[in-house]
Amino acid sequence: MMAGMTTIVRTISRLLFPFMFLFGVYVLIHGHLTPGGGFQGGVIIAAAFVMLWLAYGLEQSPIGFELFRTEILEAIGGLTLATVGLVGFAMGVGKFFGHVLPLGTLGNLLSGGDLPLLNIGVGIEVATSLVLVFYAMLRKVAWDEK
Amino acid sequence: MRRVVPFIVVLVVGTILLFTVVNSLPPFGSFPQRRLGAFENQSIGQIILENAPRQTGSANVVTSVVWDYRGYDTMGEATVLFTAVCGVLMLFLATRRQE
Repeated sequence: MMAGMTTIVRTISRLLFPFMFLFGVYVLIHGHLTPGGGFQGGVIIAAAFVMLWLAYGLEQSPIGFELFRTEILEAIGGLTLATVGLVGFAMGVGKFFGHVLPLGTLGNLLSGGDLPLLNIGVGIEVATSLVLVFYAMLRKVAWDEK
Repeated sequence: MRRVVPFIVVLVVGTILLFTVVNSLPPFGSFPQRRLGAFENQSIGQIILENAPRQTGSANVVTSVVWDYRGYDTMGEATVLFTAVCGVLMLFLATRRQE
């Protein structure tokens, strides 16, 4: 399994990857307008990376992957949530997760106060989390096969 | 025979439960009323549906509930996910360093 799959699967997954990534980002960004949100968009983004790994194998994947950077990115995603909450506590109406940014007009992309920021933060965290989990498991399988 | 009797029992009990549930369902589109507290006779779901777009500025009511009314809870969920990933990484990647 670690050697990857046939050329057909590789080509299709390579062509499909940017569209899956873009769709995940769309679901994530529009979390406060359409069904979806940070969790769902993050899972779609992570599924794109996992699809490439399954098609190509861990070693020959066309996407560069660094464990340390991904861990840092996951921590940044988690810190975003706490930071937005604390900023709302300090500057907003004195409530944890109180809105700091203006609410805007209903239905615009830039509306909803702090909700888009929270969606982006949790999207980054979920995407990197699932990528890290799959990387760790695939790496363990590769080590055991050697 | 030993298979037929339990099957009949399951069928009868399942039919009774199904009819009970279907008969006691509220009509489509209505929320169950609260029975406790100060908001008796008011539905919390209806209140959230009416007030969420104005209070949070989010067109998606699910997002406004998850991130605004229950933002603290959702941040706890994200923390649980973070901790679980830390544990998985430790379990799967720590064996290499021992070798």
